[in-house]
Amino acid sequence: MKTELKKAATLNYTNGQVTALVILRMLIGWHLLYEGVVKLYNPSWSAGPFLMDSKGIFSQFFFDLASNPAVLNVVDFLNIWGLIAIGLGLILGLFNKVAAIAGAILLSLYYLSHPPFIGLKYALPSEGSYLIVNKNLIEIFALIVLAVFPTGLQIGLDRLIALSRGKSVEPVENEELEKEAA
Amino acid sequence: MENNNNLNNSEKKGIGRRDLIKGLAAVPVLGALAFSTSKKNAYDQNLKNSILRELNIDASTPPPTGPMAGDPVRLGIIGYGIRGKQLVKAAGFMARSEKEKLQKSALENPNDTRLKDFMEQENLNVRFTGVCDLFDVRAEEALDTVTTDDNKPKRFGTYQEMLASPDIDGVIIATPDHWHAPISIDAARAGKHVYVEKCMTHKVNETYELYDAVKTSGIVFQVGHQHRQTQSFVTARDVLRKNVLGHVSLVQACTNRNSDNGAWQYNIHEKASPETIDWQQFLGNAPQIPFNKEHFFRWRKWWEYGSGLAGDLLTHDYDRINCLFRMGIPKSATASGGIYTHKDGRDVPDVYHVVMEYPDFQMGTSQEKGKEKGFTFMYSATLGNQFGGRNTLLMGHDATLELLGNTITVHADPRSTRYKEMIKDKMIDPEVPLYSYNPMANGVDGVTSATAKYFANKGLLFTYRNGKRVDSTHLHIREWLSGIRNGTKVSCGIEEGFEEAISAHMTTLAFKLGRKIEWDADAKKIINVTEEEINQCDFITI
Repeated sequence: MKTELKKAATLNYTNGQVTALVILRMLIGWHLLYEGVVKLYNPSWSAGPFLMDSKGIFSQFFFDLASNPAVLNVVDFLNIWGLIAIGLGLILGLFNKVAAIAGAILLSLYYLSHPPFIGLKYALPSEGSYLIVNKNLIEIFALIVLAVFPTGLQIGLDRLIALSRGKSVEPVENEELEKEAA
Repeated sequence: MENNNNLNNSEKKGIGRRDLIKGLAAVPVLGALAFSTSKKNAYDQNLKNSILRELNIDASTPPPTGPMAGDPVRLGIIGYGIRGKQLVKAAGFMARSEKEKLQKSALENPNDTRLKDFMEQENLNVRFTGVCDLFDVRAEEALDTVTTDDNKPKRFGTYQEMLASPDIDGVIIATPDHWHAPISIDAARAGKHVYVEKCMTHKVNETYELYDAVKTSGIVFQVGHQHRQTQSFVTARDVLRKNVLGHVSLVQACTNRNSDNGAWQYNIHEKASPETIDWQQFLGNAPQIPFNKEHFFRWRKWWEYGSGLAGDLLTHDYDRINCLFRMGIPKSATASGGIYTHKDGRDVPDVYHVVMEYPDFQMGTSQEKGKEKGFTFMYSATLGNQFGGRNTLLMGHDATLELLGNTITVHADPRSTRYKEMIKDKMIDPEVPLYSYNPMANGVDGVTSATAKYFANKGLLFTYRNGKRVDSTHLHIREWLSGIRNGTKVSCGIEEGFEEAISAHMTTLAFKLGRKIEWDADAKKIINVTEEEINQCDFITI
């Protein structure tokens, strides 16, 4: 009973905090899901040209992914369905934490393949001006915030899953958590 | 009931109404996204469909040529230099040294699929039974390349001996330009099929002689403009047929190259000497001079053996446009240029500009009657710069077509008559391509050198069949072989070759004589040049 309580335990947010976090979660979810759907419906889309435009220290890794057609197919598949799954997870509040972490990892790959560092120039145009920090990096950290402050138990399918497993979805005080951990 | 669902009641388990609301609160967001996505798709699709309906372009691929079945076609290669090697490779035999180089390169750079592409190339069922090259090293390499377990090729000292051999069905000619016509004429008369590199001929008069020889021989004759196999050309032709561009008044094609290789500074082999090279045979009908390695290996730099930018690169661009418009020989041509970068003793210009006039050429128009006639073909080349922005442009009243290798892009003209309403209704944005065609959208390509990139951008290196990258030259040779085997049509036969050669020679005459050269289409003659002037320009002494 005690452990179950801890597992489903959630932080004690104010209504304003829940609202802000859930809206952020849905906005990012919308963005990623739409990116995935657009790729799914474009039969000629492939990550190939993007990967071939990689720069920086990891570029060889991305070239390797792009140069093998079989691997590239897998990359394309994982990209499309990864984006869709993460987007759905974030919007629906389903496996909120996992979705946020997976999203941060996927975006990190995009960031690392095209880091906006001094001296690196890309064939694919970017829509703004960036130095080290770009929108990918900001979205990565927004997702990390969502992973650290999950809201699926407040608003989302995670709440229904927890309840159906007989877990409590009540907020736990921080001191209580610390006590448990100790 | 209400109390049971009270959130503050931490001891209560199970899912209540408020939990359901909180659990499913996000579902409407998903609905909103689905709704917006489908609305956007419908909007895009509708826009695209109405534009495509309006344009009605048929993006089809060239029809496949016939089967390669039956007995192997027995070929002879005449000239195993840079191009000869590429042609033999396209026919199925890669030189050992190149194979080793490509193996190494593929290991270092996984994007380099040249060896893989070659290995996957269709077997054309040919046998090289004879080789002929005036340089011993190259002849030996050719023998080594085309020898197989069941085929021991013979080296012929002269092409005449090769043509006399009963073991040869056809020849591939990749010699310097001044040998193209003499060999092709003799081959046609000997009943051997001919695949000859561009420029089809070197001199004006031999162009007529070759035309007659081929016409009376019944051989299958193909000129090496392999870009005719490029998938995008069939689509581009349909763009023109459907009058998407309106009246085209100007066509621009350009060459920008800035490398030694691009300026014909080819490698001079270390073993080159009067002992290893048949110099007298090389000279042929050219002015008689003592042995000169540079002239042998870098023959394109002299009018005596080559045709300068006119024969080497203008012909490709001219033929690309002729393949689309079928406009034939211009009514007049002017040319101008100079040696401004490579002051190394060459006598052909390294900057070359050509203007060909077609005042009577008819194409459709969206404007009032009388505005459908006439256009200029402008070719501009420099071997001292490789800026990549000067693509081939077909500039029409209603739209501009940009041709880049295998891709086609069409932009509506802001002042178009045909698209006026669609532009006003914001259905067409002149800044955004009205139509684009890219058969390689799914693939990733790797081209290595600057010169290779130049050729790839002209659709001269490779094209696509069923989404797969294929060597254009391979397809061009295949088309020739299918003509031999199955009697199918070739795309660059003697008519196209005649037009290409005469047009190129008109610019050379214009350049050398410093005036506009005119063509009489009915008499099939260049009219404002004397026989003496032509002979003088063609190094013919009588």
